[in-house]
Amino acid sequence: MSAKRIVEPVIKGQFTYKDLPIAAMIPVPATSLEYKTGVWRTRQPKIDHGKCIKCLLCWVFCPDAAIKRLEDDSVKVDYEYCKGCGVCETVCPVKAISMEEV
Amino acid sequence: MNMARQAQERIAIMGDEAVALAVKQSNVDVIAAYPITPQTIIVERLSEYVANGELDAAFIQAESEHSALSICVGASLAGARVFTSTASQGLALMHEIVYAASSMRVPMVMAIANRSLNAPLNIHCEHGDVMPERDSGWVHLFATNVQEAYDLTFIAFKLSEHPDVQLPVSVNLDAFILTHSVEPLTPISDEDASKFLPPRQPLYSIDFDNPATFGTMALPDTYMEFKYQLKEAAERAGQVYPEVAEEYARISGRRYWYFNSYMADDADAIVLVLGSTYGTLKTAARRLRESGLKVGIVGLTMFRPFPEKQLVELLKNAKSLIVMDRAYSYGGLGGPLYMEILAMLYRNGLRIPVMNVVYGLGGRDFRLDEAEAVLRMAFDGARRGRFDEHVRWWEVRA
Repeated sequence: MSAKRIVEPVIKGQFTYKDLPIAAMIPVPATSLEYKTGVWRTRQPKIDHGKCIKCLLCWVFCPDAAIKRLEDDSVKVDYEYCKGCGVCETVCPVKAISMEEV
Repeated sequence: MNMARQAQERIAIMGDEAVALAVKQSNVDVIAAYPITPQTIIVERLSEYVANGELDAAFIQAESEHSALSICVGASLAGARVFTSTASQGLALMHEIVYAASSMRVPMVMAIANRSLNAPLNIHCEHGDVMPERDSGWVHLFATNVQEAYDLTFIAFKLSEHPDVQLPVSVNLDAFILTHSVEPLTPISDEDASKFLPPRQPLYSIDFDNPATFGTMALPDTYMEFKYQLKEAAERAGQVYPEVAEEYARISGRRYWYFNSYMADDADAIVLVLGSTYGTLKTAARRLRESGLKVGIVGLTMFRPFPEKQLVELLKNAKSLIVMDRAYSYGGLGGPLYMEILAMLYRNGLRIPVMNVVYGLGGRDFRLDEAEAVLRMAFDGARRGRFDEHVRWWEVRA
């Protein structure tokens, strides 16, 4: 059973109890890579790179490791996993991050 | 001793020792337990079997029952055949893991030496310890005598490991009345036991080359479906049980069913019960039949899953029922078996008068003359077409 075959029906909501592995046991590793939890989001961060001072506070505080740190210490949001909690907006000392409606 | 002779030999043995013998013959791999009266002798005998080389198994004495059952869950997930045993407070301490074991679909067998729960402190017979585990998804079997406690242990392993079931199974035997009473027992041969229970074939097991995750979290989007799997599995246990019991009958000559019944087919009044009191009621019923009272007895072997269809078939022509409970739902409508029977009758359109007799709590003796009195009361209910009360606490000084 592939990770994709387990996760996809759940994400799409197209499954019955018979399609799920017995007792919530996960028979293959790394299924989380197939589970794009970013779809839970109702708001998403937008970064103004003109204001960003590369302090990396958003990278430290993001509870889902959805802020990626690039080579030059600038940051990028991984929208496949960002759940839109807004911590990054709150901790940004120069108001370079704003939460927008999805 | 040759196998054929051993198979027919009749021995005298107490209930706890009979269960230990069955577990030994089932070739278990792992036993984890914590001692508690009155099941202690079961694990004492098993520790002796392991120590003297008669049984090749890991015997782990845990620091509590909570740990004992946790060890059993882990061992079963690793593919082992697993046994534990407890009673009363020990089972209460296991409660959290009882639900984990069934919901993680872990095959194993646990003997429960049914004993009352504190307080007041009491070590004697009652079914109040297993009833909190009623809704867990475990299969619960009840023995009425020592031979049944022995036989049901084999059946429990087979049912537990059945590919359509994959659930833990409890074998309940009444504290002291069965655990410490010496009764005649006809064991099966080691050879037949191994044929009936070949080495376990786990559906999934811990395998370091093919990592898997057990006991995961499931959020609202899937949790109900996993619980529905458990519901279906518990019901399937009832469907495959006759086939497992039939296979056991072929090697032992002893045929098990969802319940024992004595002269219930044509009875006007039927008394239902769990555990060893079935034997007392049977003797009383035989006497009353001699004086023309058409009474019958039903002792449930399988309490979970509940054998609704088969019980309805058996009870539908009765004119009255008394349900005897050795446990109580305080503040509720009565004892747990009584409430189940009431619900079953209502949803099957049967309007039979039913009364609940709550008896024997904390091991209070229930004698033959009292069994006769209950049967006469049941017969009186059949004759009059009603009972004057719902629940009676038998001979309580109220």
